[in-house]
Amino acid sequence: MSFQPVKFYQTGTFTVGNRLLPPEERSVQASAKRYNSINSGHRACQGCGEALGARYAIDAAMEAADGQIIAANATGCLEVFSTPYPETSWQIPWIHSLFGNTAAVATGVAAALKVKRQKGQGGDVRVVAQGGDGGTTDIGFGCLSGMFERNDDVLYICYDNGGYMNTGVQRSSATPPAARTATTMAVGPEPGNVFGQGKFVPAIAMAHDIPYVATATVADLRDLEAKVRRAMEIRGARYIHILVPCPLGWGTASHDTIRMARLAKETGIFPVFEAEHGEIKSVLTIRRPLPVEEYLRPQKRYAHLFGKNPAVETIAHIQALADRNIRKYRLEARQGSH
Amino acid sequence: MLKQTEGSRAVAEAVALCRPEVICAYPISPQTHIVEALGEMVKDGSLAPCEFINVESEFAAMSVAIGASAAGARSYTATASQGLLYMAEAVYNASGLGLPIVMTVANRSIGAPINIWNDHSDALSQRDSGWLQLFAETNQEALDLHIQAFRLAEELSLPVMVCMDGFILTHAYERVDMPTQAQVDAYLPTYEPRQVLDPADPVSIGAMVGPEAFMEVRYLAHAKQLQALERIPAFAAEFRQIFGRDSGGLTHTYRTEDAETIIVAMGSVLGTIKDVVDEMREEGHRIGVLGITLFRPFPIARVREGLQGAKRVVVLEKSMAIGLGGILSTNVRMALSGLHMHGYTVIAGLGGRAITKKSLHGLFREAGQDALESVTFLDLDWNMVNKQLEREKAHRRSGPVAENLLRDVGVVAARNY
Amino acid sequence: MFQVRIHGRGGQGVVTAAEMLSVAAFDEGRHAQAFPSFGSERMGAPVVAFCRISDREIRLREPIMEPDAIIIQDPTLLHQVDVFAGLKQDGYILINTNKTFDQLGLGDMIRDWRQERLCTVPAMELALKHVGRPVPNVPLLGGFAAIAGVLKIESVIKAISERFSGKVAAGNIAAASEAYAIVIAEMEAARRKENQHA
Repeated sequence: MSFQPVKFYQTGTFTVGNRLLPPEERSVQASAKRYNSINSGHRACQGCGEALGARYAIDAAMEAADGQIIAANATGCLEVFSTPYPETSWQIPWIHSLFGNTAAVATGVAAALKVKRQKGQGGDVRVVAQGGDGGTTDIGFGCLSGMFERNDDVLYICYDNGGYMNTGVQRSSATPPAARTATTMAVGPEPGNVFGQGKFVPAIAMAHDIPYVATATVADLRDLEAKVRRAMEIRGARYIHILVPCPLGWGTASHDTIRMARLAKETGIFPVFEAEHGEIKSVLTIRRPLPVEEYLRPQKRYAHLFGKNPAVETIAHIQALADRNIRKYRLEARQGSH
Repeated sequence: MLKQTEGSRAVAEAVALCRPEVICAYPISPQTHIVEALGEMVKDGSLAPCEFINVESEFAAMSVAIGASAAGARSYTATASQGLLYMAEAVYNASGLGLPIVMTVANRSIGAPINIWNDHSDALSQRDSGWLQLFAETNQEALDLHIQAFRLAEELSLPVMVCMDGFILTHAYERVDMPTQAQVDAYLPTYEPRQVLDPADPVSIGAMVGPEAFMEVRYLAHAKQLQALERIPAFAAEFRQIFGRDSGGLTHTYRTEDAETIIVAMGSVLGTIKDVVDEMREEGHRIGVLGITLFRPFPIARVREGLQGAKRVVVLEKSMAIGLGGILSTNVRMALSGLHMHGYTVIAGLGGRAITKKSLHGLFREAGQDALESVTFLDLDWNMVNKQLEREKAHRRSGPVAENLLRDVGVVAARNY
Repeated sequence: MFQVRIHGRGGQGVVTAAEMLSVAAFDEGRHAQAFPSFGSERMGAPVVAFCRISDREIRLREPIMEPDAIIIQDPTLLHQVDVFAGLKQDGYILINTNKTFDQLGLGDMIRDWRQERLCTVPAMELALKHVGRPVPNVPLLGGFAAIAGVLKIESVIKAISERFSGKVAAGNIAAASEAYAIVIAEMEAARRKENQHA
């Protein structure tokens, strides 16, 4: 294989992938010896962002932990599509207990491993917990907060697709405003999910002063992997919140999953950053912020905003929220920087 | 070694002798003293290596135990009452996954109205959860049952609930014979899990099972519990060999040889009943007791065997199937199917109502004359009940029941009991 | 079987007193069962604890409704709670007070009772003097050893030293011993008085 020198700014762009990088800088996914922790043959929808996110994240964690990972999984799409007996896609030790207790189950696994280590049984096995936004920001939030507060040695990964997709696209506390779901229908004077509700769990995680919090999207593989790798270097409670578009729930084309994730970041809708002990350490900057309309328009869950009479005010409201994110997280690249 | 100590302390020490590896704790009366004592032992290093985790809810407590057990650790927690209900989803999950967790339930009523005192409503609400359920009569038995519970749980790969009456046992100071570490080690082998989360041999635990295999998974859980019926007497016999005393088993009979009337009950009230039986025997009544130690699996054959010679059976229980009658008595009735005898259900001691010798004398005498109603509420204050019923008849907006009744009964805080 | 009921207020060590009584009985090789009234009482609220002492295994689990002896840690309870409920005739009463039964307004109630079984001891003062804290429970146990003759003072002292250590143990032992001596003297006086009447 031949290599050509590459300008540094190109590596973070949308078009330049691993081909231009020396092998040691390539992504885990690009490696032939990647772990394939979640194997092909599972039953996710075409273009599933969560399946992609889980594969990226867990493979990166496996790489960082030298294959010594145990995963706990909340009830949800990921759990259902990956494991009907006897066709489990998981190539790693994996446990699913309930919808709302994944962080606590992971705490239990970590505690057991700690005692085993003290007894000289078993090596340095690391624990990853994972769930969707429903299992994380709603029903599992108590257990998640408890795990954070105790600073248990667990990396919790939330795959956020903005709703309860497994049960047929209902609203969660991570559903964005104006989005249509089965429980926030696009009817009435204020169609879709209401403004002024919902929670952004990465910020709440930071408020627990845990050692590491990061957000990522499936659009930026190398950033996601770098964050998992960084998280695995740290002991204690860590949280990574990954935006994973859902073609079914969002009403987008299967081939647009990566594009939608990228647009969420490039519009400021979804801030991508990392924080240590409650302080933001870095952000993925936006070179030229795009108008939110570019992100909203391809999604059928926002179709009601773009009918014969476009909901100009609503779109402006969403734009204001994105602009606020850009200000709040300092997402706009300053002149001169990349 | 004989010592005079609190029931909770005795159980904590017995659990510690079982070398638990992960203990999770969330406070709820009346189980708190148990986990407090264990927490201290872990903190001062006398119980090591062991992780003691203060969790944020009972739901988390059972979930941490699930994770720890699945990762191969001997796991323990304790709860009561609302706490058991709050963790219910995880309680079913633990047994469904076949994880040998041991949990103490310091039996307490369930609200509303909120009430911290003893009855068996909490544990019996989980009777179909797939857990084995043992009921202790004394603090000695409570501590012995915990040692047996770990053995049983790990042998069968099923979780075990050890039930002891809240306050009546947990807070009572009495004499117990505390085993030595050597005795417990001889009885309880190292935990060898049937399934474990291990990177060297990855498995998926807790995957979805469709209609094609779900019934079979459930049947196997049932079959395992039936297996327990055969194994438990053997475990109790082995316990006797090492510890030199009878503890555990399926049921215990007392003076039932020629008894016409047999009282069936669970837990600490058996002691009071035995005292009454002794006194009534003195007076020539042919009366005896069958104590149920193992409630799940329910020892149907043993109960039938123990009761079939009697003319009448009185099931005295601290629980209630609202809209039906008794829970224990419904189970006992299964065992008596086809036998011709009088059967009486007595609901007693709910929410800590004292079960006194005096009341039991009256009750058993009435039973002996077959003058009991089929369902009796021992020492129920009918005046209070009727007053409220009248109130409800008279006023649409009759107000909160509990508040009305408390107003009728007056200040209770100044009572002696 | 000998049954004791202890009345006091939350924070006065009522439950601890019952437990220590049971430990003292255990140390004499007897069976004992101590238990609280199972309330959720806060500091200052009326609290009851029970102790049964027997030479045989104790199976009974009902609250003590007909006590052989009553220990009252806080005399302000006398007119608030029916502390004497169910007390057997000829039962023992021990009250933490520096007043007499007459001064406490109990003269009429106890007129026909056996006077040497009715005792008072200034346990609060003894506790303050020897332990430096207003906790009357332990001195009263010393008094109880004297009054009922169910337990030896040596056993009570042993139970104290098992429960406490160092200065606190020493102070409590001194307080219990002095209470014991006071009650012994009181009973002697009562007996002499009764003999004079006879």
